[in-house]
Amino acid sequence: MNSERRYPETISGPFEEPPIHFSDREDRDIEIRPYDGSEAEYEALAEMYVEFDPSDRAQGIPPGRESRVRTWLDGILADDCYNLIAWDGDTAAGHSTLVPDGDDDYELAIFVLQDYQEAGIGTHLIESLLGYGYSEGINCVWLTVERWNHAAVSLYEKVGFETTGAESFELEMAIRLAEDD
Amino acid sequence: MNVLVGVGSPNDSPAAIERTIQRAARVADELTVAICNPDADTDVSLAATVTETLEEHDITAATRHVSGQPGSELVDIAESEGFDEIVLAGGQTSPMGKITIDKTVEFVVLNAHTTVTLVR
Repeated sequence: MNSERRYPETISGPFEEPPIHFSDREDRDIEIRPYDGSEAEYEALAEMYVEFDPSDRAQGIPPGRESRVRTWLDGILADDCYNLIAWDGDTAAGHSTLVPDGDDDYELAIFVLQDYQEAGIGTHLIESLLGYGYSEGINCVWLTVERWNHAAVSLYEKVGFETTGAESFELEMAIRLAEDD
Repeated sequence: MNVLVGVGSPNDSPAAIERTIQRAARVADELTVAICNPDADTDVSLAATVTETLEEHDITAATRHVSGQPGSELVDIAESEGFDEIVLAGGQTSPMGKITIDKTVEFVVLNAHTTVTLVR
């Protein structure tokens, strides 16, 4: 969006790398692994977003209608993006994604289905995505978050994101995974 | 209805400007396009986009150039000159598809006494 984005000087990490397995706080067996590009995984993710509670939407995503969910997914599941899915068996419980911003850096977003929230899945989804990004040579990652969303902001701060822009409606936060090339 | 369109937020693309002016023209009896940009070079290209849009869609509108803080200028013009509505391009989307609202839009939404329409 703009190449004048600021990033922290301090490098964060190291972070766990996918695939990872763990038991969540509800004792569900969760596996986080990269999206494999298959139709089955695409459909599981589409199903997750169709079921997504509208009150958990942020800044217009995920979109509300199934057709628009699919258009949106086509963009963020493209070959130049990095996607992790948290699985409870065959059910997609959560998703984290890195989308290139055209300036060699990546925008991050994370979504956890309502029934799976507050079980520790979000922390693993974001940390393993940062580990995945680092292993793929990504240096800097940023995101925007609505300023009233304290739960999300504290999760991002916990893993090392710093607030880099606070002058608009949304907070902008960024993290450095490696020195610039 | 007397409608004021503001163009010239840093991220207003030509397509967003065209869409916004067209949308405003649909409801306006009288239309004014305010080109907000202190930078002379961008001002020329913005003015060209506005002129093209008006000609292409056969829209009659007054155009004017506004200097200073775009948000407060737009609110001030709308109030002092009796406009009924302000129309702005309503937020860009990030690579992820998140809608982001820039400072000008935020200022106008929070401070205008008229109806504000955001087009996207």
